[in-house]
Amino acid sequence: MIRPFKVWALLFAVLFVTGCSGGGTWGWYVIDPSTEQGMSNVRFLVGGFWATIQLSLIAAAMSMMIGLLVALPGMSSNRWIRLPSRIYIEFIRAIPLLPMLFWVFYGLPVVMRSMGVPISIDAFWGAIITLAISDSAFTAEIYRAGIQSIPKGQTEAARTVGLSYTQTMRYVVLPQAIRRILPPLANQFIYIVKMSAFASVIGMQELTRRANELVVTEYRPLEIYTLLILEYLVLVLIISFFVRWLERKMGSDESR
Amino acid sequence: MRSERVIDISALNKSFGDFQVLKTVDLEVDLGERIVICGPSGSGKSTLIRCVNGLEQYDSGTLIVDGINLADPGGVDRVRSEVGMVFQQFNLFPHLSVLDNLTLGPMKARGLSRADAEALAMEYLERVRIPEQAKKRPRELSGGQQQRVAIARSLCMKPKIMLFDEPTSALDPEMISEVLDVMVELAEEGMTMLVVTHEMGFARKVADRMVFMDAGEIVETGTPSVVFDAPKSARFRAFLDKILQH
Repeated sequence: MIRPFKVWALLFAVLFVTGCSGGGTWGWYVIDPSTEQGMSNVRFLVGGFWATIQLSLIAAAMSMMIGLLVALPGMSSNRWIRLPSRIYIEFIRAIPLLPMLFWVFYGLPVVMRSMGVPISIDAFWGAIITLAISDSAFTAEIYRAGIQSIPKGQTEAARTVGLSYTQTMRYVVLPQAIRRILPPLANQFIYIVKMSAFASVIGMQELTRRANELVVTEYRPLEIYTLLILEYLVLVLIISFFVRWLERKMGSDESR
Repeated sequence: MRSERVIDISALNKSFGDFQVLKTVDLEVDLGERIVICGPSGSGKSTLIRCVNGLEQYDSGTLIVDGINLADPGGVDRVRSEVGMVFQQFNLFPHLSVLDNLTLGPMKARGLSRADAEALAMEYLERVRIPEQAKKRPRELSGGQQQRVAIARSLCMKPKIMLFDEPTSALDPEMISEVLDVMVELAEEGMTMLVVTHEMGFARKVADRMVFMDAGEIVETGTPSVVFDAPKSARFRAFLDKILQH
């Protein structure tokens, strides 16, 4: 395993070397914390962390719930129960995130109003709804793969000792499936964090939006976007470590 | 004394696609009877006993277990609470301890308290002679021990009928007898048993009736002493020759 500090060291080495020898093309002063303006710029950029985290966490939690509700009927032996789940997955999976975001943010309130439900959707909830729904098609497939990887004998044994379908899922199948589902689910969460950058286009003040706004006033895209990328890197590395810890705790890293 | 009929199978048919696994099968079992079903692989014996607790659905015919028709709404659920089953691959729950494997059914399906369920579980673990393994995970146990846990898990639901689907086929030879011993004891206590197995020694010892199946049909039935010594059908004779020649 590559140690994280080595990754950091490499990145900084590359930036330092190119930054120093580039003949004045770099201007780190915009985000130099030792100057007053630089510090205030850094504060402004880093201030987007909380919004990005909130957005990602709520969207991921919703996606995991919707995903399960879509996945379970998708495994029924009755094709008419399977069908809606299949349609949902194929349809949602086919919509690119950005058009869906526009549709939810600009279009959904109009649809709801015409149906007599006047709601307003702000950038925050517009982004969450979009991220959660578009991601739920993928989580549903992850659940399905995980659940179907549990041998049929487990369900049969559970039903034989008198458990209902719901009890079988809750006490026998899901606890075993979750260890296999966890790694791909974590992958998906990292994806959400990165996709949350799209929320910037509808005006959500998260990491990317703030970087864009600063670029407009400072005219230093290279330095500011470099820092932006590093911000996402930090976030994703933190998630990775947390997931590794969780996997060890739940035994996902064991082979059976 | 008239004996009580607990399983009544008549004209049962089942197909997997074009392949007919059960061809108009009739079988009646009385309370306390021990039936051993044998036959070549693919003869439909596993499918037949899996139909008895609704793990397989049949296409036509009637199947009545303990007075409950499996085709009735909710019939399968009611039958399952009367019928225990032991599988070839044990099918213990690997994420639970041995004790929790045993208490899950009584607690969730029967509504017993944890204390009562654990007392019940320990009682049955003692009967299958592995109470000291209660806190372990199934994978820490040998195959024979796992199968005995599986038998205890079924007994915890206090079933009226026990189904065994090749319970010793996945075991190493030296572990077969420890599982068969438990099954013999169970038979001696009067449990109604349907056992799919090729253990002919066990069949001779406990079976009230042997059922020989081939190609989806019941070809021959009778008491072990009669059918073993003088099999009527050529197919049964050929089968016995094959499995007994070693």
